[in-house]
Amino acid sequence: MHAFDYKSPEVLAEALQQLADSDGSAKPLAGGTDLIDQMRTGRHQPTLVIDIKKVAELNVLECAGDGLHVGAATPCYRICGDDNVQQDYTALADACNIIGGVQIQSRASVGGNLCNSGPAGDSIPAMIALRGICVIAGSAGTREVPVAEFCTGPGQNVLADNELLVEIRFPPRPTASGSHYRRMIPRNEMDIAVVGVGASVTLNEAGTTITDACIGLGAVGPTPLLAARAGECLVGQTVSDATLANAVEAAKEIISPITDMRGTQEYRVHVTGVLVRRVLETAISRATGDPCVVRPGH
Amino acid sequence: MSNKRVVTATINEETAEFLCEPRQTLLEVLRDSLNLTGTKEGCSNGNCGACTVIMNGHAVVSCLVLGVEAEGAEIQTIEGVSCDGSLNEVQSAFLEGAALQCGICTPGFIMQTEALLAEKSNPTEDDIRFYLAGNLCRCTGYDKIVRAVMAAAEQRQVTTG
Amino acid sequence: MSTAEKPSYKVIGTRPIRHDGVDKVTGRALYGADIKLSRMLYGATVRSPHAHAKIVRIDTSQAELMPGVRAVITSEDVPEQGDRVVELGEGAVNMRHLAANVMAREKVLYKGHVVAAVAADDVHTAEEACARIEVEYETLPPVLDLLKAMSADAPILNDDIRTESIGSAPSGSDQQTNVAKHFMFEKGDIKQGFADADIIVERTFDTAMVHQGYIEPHNATAHWNADDKITVWMSTQGTFSARQQTAELLLMPVSSVKVVPMEIGGGFGGKISVYLTPLAALLSKKTGRPVKILMSRTEVFEATGPTPGSHMRVKLGAKSDGTLVAGEAWIAFEAGAYTGSPIGAACMCVFACYDLPNGQVEGFDVCVNKPRTNAYRAPGSTHVAMATETLVDELCEKLKMDPTEFRIKNAAGEGTRRVDGPVYPRIGMVETVEAIRDSEHYKTTLDGKFCGRGVASGFWFNVGLKSSVSATVNSDGTVALVEGSTDIGGTRTSIAMQLAETLGIAAEDVNPVVVDTDSIGYTDITGGSRVTFSTGIAAINAAISIQEQMCQRAAILWETDAENVRYEEGHLVGPSDQRLSFRELAEKLRELGDAVVGYGTSGSETQGGAFGTHCVDVEIDPELGKVQILRYTIAQDAGTAIHPSYVEGQMQGGVVQGIGWALNEEYWYDEQGEMHNPTFLDYRIPTCYDVPMIDTIIVEVPDPQHPYGVRGVGEVPICPPPAAIANAIYDALGIRMTELPMAPHRVLAAYLGRNTDD
Repeated sequence: MHAFDYKSPEVLAEALQQLADSDGSAKPLAGGTDLIDQMRTGRHQPTLVIDIKKVAELNVLECAGDGLHVGAATPCYRICGDDNVQQDYTALADACNIIGGVQIQSRASVGGNLCNSGPAGDSIPAMIALRGICVIAGSAGTREVPVAEFCTGPGQNVLADNELLVEIRFPPRPTASGSHYRRMIPRNEMDIAVVGVGASVTLNEAGTTITDACIGLGAVGPTPLLAARAGECLVGQTVSDATLANAVEAAKEIISPITDMRGTQEYRVHVTGVLVRRVLETAISRATGDPCVVRPGH
Repeated sequence: MSNKRVVTATINEETAEFLCEPRQTLLEVLRDSLNLTGTKEGCSNGNCGACTVIMNGHAVVSCLVLGVEAEGAEIQTIEGVSCDGSLNEVQSAFLEGAALQCGICTPGFIMQTEALLAEKSNPTEDDIRFYLAGNLCRCTGYDKIVRAVMAAAEQRQVTTG
Repeated sequence: MSTAEKPSYKVIGTRPIRHDGVDKVTGRALYGADIKLSRMLYGATVRSPHAHAKIVRIDTSQAELMPGVRAVITSEDVPEQGDRVVELGEGAVNMRHLAANVMAREKVLYKGHVVAAVAADDVHTAEEACARIEVEYETLPPVLDLLKAMSADAPILNDDIRTESIGSAPSGSDQQTNVAKHFMFEKGDIKQGFADADIIVERTFDTAMVHQGYIEPHNATAHWNADDKITVWMSTQGTFSARQQTAELLLMPVSSVKVVPMEIGGGFGGKISVYLTPLAALLSKKTGRPVKILMSRTEVFEATGPTPGSHMRVKLGAKSDGTLVAGEAWIAFEAGAYTGSPIGAACMCVFACYDLPNGQVEGFDVCVNKPRTNAYRAPGSTHVAMATETLVDELCEKLKMDPTEFRIKNAAGEGTRRVDGPVYPRIGMVETVEAIRDSEHYKTTLDGKFCGRGVASGFWFNVGLKSSVSATVNSDGTVALVEGSTDIGGTRTSIAMQLAETLGIAAEDVNPVVVDTDSIGYTDITGGSRVTFSTGIAAINAAISIQEQMCQRAAILWETDAENVRYEEGHLVGPSDQRLSFRELAEKLRELGDAVVGYGTSGSETQGGAFGTHCVDVEIDPELGKVQILRYTIAQDAGTAIHPSYVEGQMQGGVVQGIGWALNEEYWYDEQGEMHNPTFLDYRIPTCYDVPMIDTIIVEVPDPQHPYGVRGVGEVPICPPPAAIANAIYDALGIRMTELPMAPHRVLAAYLGRNTDD
């Protein structure tokens, strides 16, 4: 590994100052499960690594009246072990439970997953589905960007050199809502998604009609995608196979998968359809109160 | 251009002070600086679990932790799972259950099992397989490892009541 | 299960704690990477980014100027070999190729091929120095496709290769070629055989290059002393083979090299060839200091010895009563950069499970711009089992015969002549099929819409080769057992148990140690499923020698002739019924003449061969093509199981490797010859969450060539799984998979494209 300097600020302003001072040659470190490997292979060669784990704002995990706040450095194990997340933001718990193995989850954060901006990052479609908002701090102040607009290309995102992702905020969950994240991987664990789908669904009181839906897709384009039309076409519809089939077709329209060692383009298109349907089915069941315990990989 | 710094951590219940460059991983520090070579290197990118140690109560792959991040941390390695010179339940179960062949993955599996049993004292076979999925073994086919973890869980429940 | 009345053993068949176990569960066992020597330097390598290129220029000057860099070497530092072929334990090796594989000379032949190496004060400095070495390449078109590589107009990898003909193959031309070897084996009259057949099945199969996937990367530490004695610490499957390879590569006498075996973190055939050792030695020679080099996981994948991808066309014919009458096979293997794939073994294994009256097998060893392939657990046999056992399943389907019935009817047995010539001694193929037929698993009906069951068998030769041990009787009645077989999976204990059985003492009273090449007699590699068999025989011979010496010492004590003393079940019995236990006599040895040391060797014995039959249940997600293994049972002939736990362990481990090969493992290359998945993330070996418990049935048909009937167990369990799973997928979905791995996208494509008229 190349030589670099290391700082571990405990105050947000200090971290931002260090970032600003380094003219783009610094990299923030949260769990390090992507960054350390990328430095080892030479993909990233920052001169300064800023360990932001000790900054309080980046470690919050709070569910309050205004929704859920997940600090950018909060490790996955805390997120998927949190009762509120499991209960109301289930897609996020689903994702955090399958990012890497247990050892990775001890360190990896959803903020890091977002900032790594891989097309297949597991937490991102879940956060898109839950309409997450990225809270970004910079020397000029704070701005907010929807998770769906955060990534701009493989490994690229909206962050300027002097900006830091502080937290991801999720709006409060309506009653009769449910969500799910699921991916297709060749093994049952320890794999990168061939396709990943997150969805959130809200039903009317009777549980028969979809009043809101949001779908995120992973590994089927240069960035994780918001399948906006697929979600919209569900709204106002009664729950039926035909309704879900419309969403499947709409989701397939926006994807542009590639063939690589994880799967062929054709396969990814097909699997996107299968998973959108399955994930919606589970999200709908959860909206009706059925917890739908899933066995990862199966 | 050495930018070494002194790091102080508690390793296997003893205070350890070591010099380390920011680019050195915890794995490298444990093995090369502290001579704790029981922690093994299999892949260096977090995919095999051979370098698993417990850091502040959580299992981590030490190849994806910087040595400097260990400042103030409590770390347990394979050398520290049994402090009185005898084997603990997990080590005994692996030994008696023939749950190792070449043995290179064994320290990582034992550490991960320690983390599992701390979290869940009576895991099912499915719990065990899911929790240990981050540890690769190429020799055993996992059968005897999973059985050893079950046996260790049972034994630990007997000894701890 | 036992198939014959078994002799009553006291130690064999029990499950003592392995002797090296405590060190391995406490982290105290020292593996190759754990060594640390005074003034030790750290090495790193510069590797080719291209799959096929000429090396135009190497400039090491910038690296040499770096503080902390102690030495840089390139191929100029590696001795010229000329045209020499040397027998290296697992086959003859062209030394020019071996040397060029260790350090590329004029051309690089695969991505990851070493072109230079550096020794520095620490590994980071060594790596930085490597990055400053400039190498100019002239790229050449990469040859990656097996069939294209065989064509006359393919770019040539090695200008010194001409096709070598083996068996009844026609002699090759003097043209430059990538086809290094051409095998042909024939038996009976193949034309007549197929003419007599009522049913003929034929298919083409492709399998991807796969890796052994041992968890410990390769390592080597070497010290070239001022007296030209070289000491090497490394993990290796064969210290004597590593010694010879190192010495030959350095043009030094073998006696100048001492190889000290460290614990070895898995090998499966991949830790026989040396890669780093000569580089570490040459760097040490330049610096006068010990040099340690460790491979990264990516280097292991890109530049060690995986097992070849293959292209196979196999045809089988049977009579309507289910009698196999003819078989034909055409098999091409990727040798990688240099000749040496296990194609010969594949040709011998392809029909080895069956009594086939008429057969023809043709095989080709083909150079391509991928790493030089090497042995991997029953090398070559898994490939051909995929083909033959799939076709056998198809025959069973067409004949409406139960797959176990068909196999029992056609199984090879004592006296069967294989297509390549040899005649089997007593073997246990039939017994393994019967064990599956009679198993709880096979007798239980499998329900479920997308579930299927498959059966397949497999064969591996197992070898004998040479081993040496020495054993010293201690005054407390224990025995110190010294051996040269590096222990990958518990063989210290299986050898110690045979010594203990022969002496009538407890396994715990034997203390086995594996020592360096200066400290024990010549011992071949830990490979070919040979250690428990062959080193076991050496240990038994040592024990017999100890028995004789103990009888002599007792005779001194009892003032009689040695021939009047009997050795019975761990006791010395004198002519007047005097009786001393082994331990009691051991305590008196100080006063009874010379030290009691037994030596034992082996080498003339050959093994009878190992067979296994497997049964697997799968469930397939028909929308995703993903296969889950629900249940798995393996029956295997172990001859006599010395330590059943470690026999089971070999069976279970082999099965899971076979499952990985079947479902997900493959080298994924782009058109430039770059492997895109050289990590354990994307080279997907099974995790424990991917497999169920693996049920084992140990069949025991003793091998008469071993005193206790041992057959090697390590290799054959990997052979049947791909075919068994392919047959189970057919049972579930009605599709014949003919390409490995049977990854989800392939299964789904086959399922969606199936002929639904059937």
